[in-house]
Amino acid sequence: MRKDRTEMSEDDDRSPPLDLRGADIAESSSKTRNCSGVTGPVAGPGPSSMEFQAPYPDQVLENVLENVLQFLSTRRDRNAASLVCKSWCRVEALTRSELFIGNCYSVSPRRATARFARVQAVAIKGRPRFADFNLMPLDWGAHFAPWVNAMAAAYPWLEKVYLKRMSVSDDDLTLLAESFPSFKELVLVCCDGFGTSGLAVIASKCRHLRVLDLIESEVSDDDVDWIACFPESETSCLESLIFDCVECPINFEALERLVVRSPSLKKLRLNRVVSIGQLYRLMVRAPQLTHIGTGSFRAPESVAQGDPEPDYTAAFAACKSLVCLSGFREILADYLPVIHPVCANLTSLNFSYANVDAEQLKSVILHCHKLQTFWVLDSICDEGLQAVAATCKDLHELRVFPIDAREDSEGPVSEVGLQAISEGCRKLQSILYFCQHMTNAAVIAMSNNCPDLEVFRLCIMGRHRPDHVTGAPMDEGFGAIVRNCKKLTRLAISGLLTDRAFSYIGKYGKLVRTLSVAFAGDSDMGLKYVLEGCPRLQKLEIRDSPFGDSALLSGLHHYYNMRFLWMSSCRLSPQGCQEIARALPRLVVEVFGGENGELHGDETVDILYMYRSLEGPREDAPGFVTILQ
Amino acid sequence: MSPPLLGVGEEEGQSNVALLASSASADSLCRNSSELKERNYMGLSDCSSVDSSVVSTESDESKRSTLNLKATELRLGLPGSQSPGRDPELCLLSSTQLDEKPLFPLHPLNDGHYSSSQKTVGSGSKRGFSDAMDGFSEVKITALLKGIGYCLLLDLVLITTLSLVQGKYRANSEVCAMLSPRPSSNFGLKTGSVLENLGTQSPNAKEVAPPKIVQDRPRAANEPRPSHNGAANGNSSAPATKAQVVGWPPIRSYRKNSLASSKNTDEIDGKAAPGALFVKVSMDGAPYLRKVDLKNYSAYKDLSSALEKMFSCFTIGQYGSHGTLGKEMLSESKLKDLLHGSEYVLTYEDKDGDWMLVGDVPWEMFTDTCKRLRIMKSADAIGLAPRAMEKCRNRN
Repeated sequence: MRKDRTEMSEDDDRSPPLDLRGADIAESSSKTRNCSGVTGPVAGPGPSSMEFQAPYPDQVLENVLENVLQFLSTRRDRNAASLVCKSWCRVEALTRSELFIGNCYSVSPRRATARFARVQAVAIKGRPRFADFNLMPLDWGAHFAPWVNAMAAAYPWLEKVYLKRMSVSDDDLTLLAESFPSFKELVLVCCDGFGTSGLAVIASKCRHLRVLDLIESEVSDDDVDWIACFPESETSCLESLIFDCVECPINFEALERLVVRSPSLKKLRLNRVVSIGQLYRLMVRAPQLTHIGTGSFRAPESVAQGDPEPDYTAAFAACKSLVCLSGFREILADYLPVIHPVCANLTSLNFSYANVDAEQLKSVILHCHKLQTFWVLDSICDEGLQAVAATCKDLHELRVFPIDAREDSEGPVSEVGLQAISEGCRKLQSILYFCQHMTNAAVIAMSNNCPDLEVFRLCIMGRHRPDHVTGAPMDEGFGAIVRNCKKLTRLAISGLLTDRAFSYIGKYGKLVRTLSVAFAGDSDMGLKYVLEGCPRLQKLEIRDSPFGDSALLSGLHHYYNMRFLWMSSCRLSPQGCQEIARALPRLVVEVFGGENGELHGDETVDILYMYRSLEGPREDAPGFVTILQ
Repeated sequence: MSPPLLGVGEEEGQSNVALLASSASADSLCRNSSELKERNYMGLSDCSSVDSSVVSTESDESKRSTLNLKATELRLGLPGSQSPGRDPELCLLSSTQLDEKPLFPLHPLNDGHYSSSQKTVGSGSKRGFSDAMDGFSEVKITALLKGIGYCLLLDLVLITTLSLVQGKYRANSEVCAMLSPRPSSNFGLKTGSVLENLGTQSPNAKEVAPPKIVQDRPRAANEPRPSHNGAANGNSSAPATKAQVVGWPPIRSYRKNSLASSKNTDEIDGKAAPGALFVKVSMDGAPYLRKVDLKNYSAYKDLSSALEKMFSCFTIGQYGSHGTLGKEMLSESKLKDLLHGSEYVLTYEDKDGDWMLVGDVPWEMFTDTCKRLRIMKSADAIGLAPRAMEKCRNRN
């Protein structure tokens, strides 16, 4: 049991998994405690629940403990508390209302529901991140079905589900909608497998639904009018509705009616099917919105000529609480001035689908002094970034995406833009920057100017590109980042990199939790530096780097502490992977590829994906996965 | 399957195809009947993949007109680089060697064109989809097609006669009208067989690879590591393949997709957008949606074989429960049975929101108008008509 506990205590993410406001957390925790007594359908055979039911000598003490622990909200603190002693573990389990599973295969639903009996909110993650980039074969797994089945029995009071990179079927959604009468929040990030018919069930059956957020998920079009499935008769308690990733047409009239009867609606992100004229109609009816994702930011061609257009500017001006704007698909820059009235209040602006140039951006950014989060396309060029740097002194997070995501694209932003940002936005905590040309000097400048950086992800899109001024590897730049940014937890490196860069990371990156490596390093030493030097490393993803068995084996001491290791197109042999599997029986070592799932001694391993698990090899592995034992 | 009968059928089919080809082209270009004849031969001997690759070297202007000329690539609304009218002949004539040469001696260049286009197709596809060209048993196709060959031919003969009688160059609407009431069994068969057929027409067909369950498998492993001095600035003979690695740069295809389509609308009146052209693909009964980059393919047959690979897993899934595969691989034959035996039709939604059968217009036009794809149960697809040519004419 002790072992279970330590392994189950998830690695400590800094932020809570769900988008929860502080008040909510406290509220839900206390509710948990009072709601159920011990009569819940706890299937767990574990000794903890049994003992709790029996009269217990330390009952008083435990009651006290419960009252204390309910104030522990972050899972890191809770994990620590659960390790104190058996009694604390028991009480912590009974008071935990939010369950976070960082890898759906690390623990079985049965075990999780047995230990934590009164969970109200669940967050589960499935596939590793590289799956986003087609590096993972389809149908690898990460099905939500076993989880929702277990929870339907164990947590009938469940209110919130957050899933990331999971396969969710329409049947799962149906079961979810039917099993949890007080269900309130569903957030699906990068999920797939379901369609509008599943959404229709959620909409029609979850009468208390507050949040339905579909973020970068693939939703198939089942020709179902899901928006119209929200019950028409009653006032909706919807607070957030995000469906910008749903690419099929929607019933706008139904949406309009839904907005009208949802007085608490604060967040609304539309898909590209919704035109700016329709957005206007929604905004006029819901001026209380704080977050708006516009659909297509242009008038449909059919009405473009002739008809007088509504006063969009006034509609935006009327949204006094608006702080977050996104969308802007298919933007026609002529319409940009209509958002000027709200710019001064914006803390978050997402232009990452808006193809605007520097001049167009300037007209907007000029007014955005409060901006903290800004996503943008590189179509704004270095010049646009300079304008951002000059205006947005509060900027915490910047993401610059490429409009042309190819290795040999032009790359309109460079070290010039990065340097400007570092000089202008000193409070920067997180940056994602795609470019073609970079210099060590600019990266070093950023490391000096932005000491608060926690996330530094620089993607030089051309593989193995050196500092384009000096021709030197990018080692010193990334070295400076790990050296000077003391809070750094996440790092993605690119460009021409030698083992030296890795030695810096191992030496200074003591807080690094997530590291992404692509086309980097020259020998096994590179990976060794990292595995031996980064004690907090949780997630390590590596592709196309010359790391072999000995590098892999150098991390034996650390793999039980990590959530996962991904290595694709490196130089691993089946024997090397086998050795890991033998040495660490609690590790699930998955190897993809090979003929008919058989590995041959002389081949290199195409993909290695390994993670700790309490359950041993999973049973739903597809044919191309070999789990080494 | 007696030779004399075959011979007749073949001739009939051939002339008939020519007529159909001419009927569309005639509208846009020449109304001169003497010239018609010559064009017909061109139309006959070129297959669509050749069309698109050859034509693409010409200016946009001329491309458009040429394409219209060849517009009847489609005929029976089947996705394919060859007219269905020819398919049965092909297979009946030679079941192992799928080569057009014997059929079209009038155009000696044809063969060369075809194979060269194949090459570019191979190197031009950047993602994992097409890199493992699955061969499909030719024997099987033959078997399938044998059954319908006569039917098709009869069909065509009928159409030919009718159009001759009418003495007018009616476009496809007419043809569709005649075709659409056809019984569904026949319809489904045709489509399935063409899908299969497409897989085989590649010159690679002889290297019949075992079907890989791993789709979209990263190929990066096989890429030689570029030298340290700016590999991306380097050299590559084929620009399309240049520096393409699966999953790099690390941008979600969802994002690429969104940008690609927005770019597309931006440049709707200008030249075609470079870069990707993603469309979604759904399949009846499949739990997932997929996306394909149409720019990755240069002909219907490439697309078809890619889709087969992508979606064969779903048809497998129908056997297992909840889509979870057993550890044991399903046998190759089972897979094929599913895909082809279950009678799916590839359809697409065009810019106007109409659902059409894939293959009804030349490839280039198809990529211009296709908004998304759906692999339908063919029973549901009855009534979908390849009306695109009519539309296209209206536009002009």
